[in-house]
Amino acid sequence: MPVEYWLIFILIVMIIASIAALEMDDILSSIVAIGIVGLGVSLSFLFLQAPDLAIVQFLFEIFALIILVKAFLGKDYHKQAPSRINKILAGLTIITLTAIFIFSVSVFELLPPFGEPLMTTAQYYLDNGAKDTGAANLVSSIILDYRAYDTLGEITVLFTAILGAFTILRIKSKSKKENSELSNATK
Amino acid sequence: MIVYLLCFILLLVGLYGVLTKRDLIKIILSIGILGYAVNLLLILFAYRNNSIYPILSKGKEISPMVDPLPQALVLTSIVIELGTTAMLVALAVKLFEKYNTFDITEIRRLKG
Repeated sequence: MPVEYWLIFILIVMIIASIAALEMDDILSSIVAIGIVGLGVSLSFLFLQAPDLAIVQFLFEIFALIILVKAFLGKDYHKQAPSRINKILAGLTIITLTAIFIFSVSVFELLPPFGEPLMTTAQYYLDNGAKDTGAANLVSSIILDYRAYDTLGEITVLFTAILGAFTILRIKSKSKKENSELSNATK
Repeated sequence: MIVYLLCFILLLVGLYGVLTKRDLIKIILSIGILGYAVNLLLILFAYRNNSIYPILSKGKEISPMVDPLPQALVLTSIVIELGTTAMLVALAVKLFEKYNTFDITEIRRLKG
């Protein structure tokens, strides 16, 4: 069975799972459905001959699931019934997105068929990567040698995002601080 | 071509979630779906028929390999996605502590 049929099957499962994740009421079910989508992405990376990416995607999925479940489970939030204007807006959005899809079909026809790479710049890396860098894995030779400055910048972005998350979590909310001051004063 | 179109449908599903959902958790999940779809589309563009992963090994004859450049870019992009997801979750948790709701229309109403 060629790779393309496997990919079509996995993608259809992923689309169904993502729609289910968006439409389900229970938070835990929708987080698990997102997990299905991410593991589907990991599997399709394996079919597309990208083993490094499959491993990283798998780890990402598990970490993301842990973060989401830890943060959102047990928060009781009350779901309100969508009002009429919300339903009208959702319908309008679906119509617009369908129109975008129909118009985009002709754009995708301009691309080369599946199985022929779009970019041809990487042929240099394939031919000379081992000679220039001495790395057996050409992906890591690109990350750490040819495009090392790119990686440095991306690591800066990652560091800033993590720093931002920790800073946000450390800020005490105003009402809480006042409450603690009041309780200290009464003591 | 049908693979590209299905991947584009996945991206549109994520866009639909971002545009119409009022629940902050659902919005974060749809941003995740958008990221998956974009990463997968890049790797789909890189695939070459009847070729192997771009790792050299001894005793293996030279055969055509898939494009390694998009793989290198997507590898870092996945890791950054984890960082941004963590930051979004932290913001949502803080908003829940302050307003006691995840509904963005309610949060807009309760100013200050």
